[in-house]
Amino acid sequence: MCAQPAPAGPDTGRVVLDARDIARALTRISHEILERNKGASDLVLLGIPSRGVPLAERIAERIASVEGNAVPVGSLDVTMYRDDLRLKPARALMRTDIPADGIDDKVVVLVDDVLFSGRTIRAALDALNDLGRPAAVRLAVLVDRGHRELPIRADFVGKNLPTSLVEQVRVTLDGVDDSDAVTIQGAATP
Amino acid sequence: MKRHLLSAADLGRDDAELVLQTAAELRELADRPIKKLPALRGRTVVNLFFEDSTRTRISFEAAAKRLSADVINFAAKGSSLSKGESLKDTALTLEAMGADAVVVRHGASGAPHRLAHSGWVRSSVVNAGDGTHEHPTQALLDAFTLYRHLGSTDGGRLRPGSLEGRRIAVVGDVLHSRVARSNALLLRTLGAEVTLVAPPTLLPVGVGTWPVETSYDLDAVLPKADAVMMLRVQRERMTGGFFPTPREYSRRYGLDGRRMATLQDHTIVMHPGPMVRGMEITADVADSDRSVIVEQVTNGVAVRMAVLYLLLGGSEPAVGGEE
Repeated sequence: MCAQPAPAGPDTGRVVLDARDIARALTRISHEILERNKGASDLVLLGIPSRGVPLAERIAERIASVEGNAVPVGSLDVTMYRDDLRLKPARALMRTDIPADGIDDKVVVLVDDVLFSGRTIRAALDALNDLGRPAAVRLAVLVDRGHRELPIRADFVGKNLPTSLVEQVRVTLDGVDDSDAVTIQGAATP
Repeated sequence: MKRHLLSAADLGRDDAELVLQTAAELRELADRPIKKLPALRGRTVVNLFFEDSTRTRISFEAAAKRLSADVINFAAKGSSLSKGESLKDTALTLEAMGADAVVVRHGASGAPHRLAHSGWVRSSVVNAGDGTHEHPTQALLDAFTLYRHLGSTDGGRLRPGSLEGRRIAVVGDVLHSRVARSNALLLRTLGAEVTLVAPPTLLPVGVGTWPVETSYDLDAVLPKADAVMMLRVQRERMTGGFFPTPREYSRRYGLDGRRMATLQDHTIVMHPGPMVRGMEITADVADSDRSVIVEQVTNGVAVRMAVLYLLLGGSEPAVGGEE
């Protein structure tokens, strides 16, 4: 998840992916998912709120246009499974919406916007554990910015983006925000 | 900072809607094979019940357990309370056991407030009904049930403000009802219009200062209502004669099939339980399609999970009255 809100002020950061780059990355990820899965059978896409959900929906649209059949899409809120739940005030829950056929024996593809420490994905794996037993779980992210704190890696990556820890990666998506972009905001400048 | 839920008035509109929205997400847990979330792992919730209760205690217990909290049930009967131990000494015992939240029901109005503000315990206090004063989680589950039937939803989420202008009739023994008081406060906060219907003897003194309408005539109120909430006649709290005979009460203030026929098509019938069939509600109404009485119980678990999560889940509570 892209946890950092935009700082106040005119610093809007450097755009690393624009709307067309994001569209191309999602198209490639969709084809990679199909190639890896040898088709769309038994696939379930679960977006992690908030911005993983529209990404999962876009990937599903692309898969449907290539394969001709719709892939179930849902969302998976991981708030209660986070390891920092106790460190911050109680947070509002987001939607968990599991497709009607469930996830048992399906190939679940988790979709998120930014892969950073890996802690969100660990929480998502725990959440999946309470929902069923998928045949396999894979991970698709729009941006991998590095700095993993857990042994977790993505199967499908839109863009590898080497960053320093003081930088902030911000993903905006049409539907949640007003436009599609990935921006990088630098270290605190005087 | 320590926060409590002692009164429905502790919740502003944003807080109340946060609880209801959280409950909407947690409600779906009831449909899953594993009804368990890890949010309160290692926290201890004490159910401290000085008065008899079935559904509220079980509901709080189920809510706490589904959030993985440890639950200690403490009922007055069979404990040192029946040997004459005071509320203070009981509280100090709980404190020594390390309770994170105390869910308290007490026959005396204000007992949870005393417990919360006395300095006896450090835990969050949740009022599960005190005397004839308040029962805030019942009001929250009633509001949640109303949202599901009368409000609108947006992709599974409750649409804030969608109870605005809805008319809710609360009928029966308002005088002894903590449910009526909490509902009047909370539903007003959420923008609904509440009408209390009762014989003059069963309306509390000072009801004119409540944010509600009152009426003595049930038949005039029913056709306009979007929901009808029937209250039990609490004979155990009655010391004098409040109405001539149960039969006369039932004729004038009971909900029967004939009266139900005058309701609008979408109107739902609610009851906080326990019902006395044949007194305030007839069996055919209680078992009809309009009745959401069983659903209220299911919703109660989700709402209590939401309250416990928001009070205990993070480093500090997200809702509730401040100390």
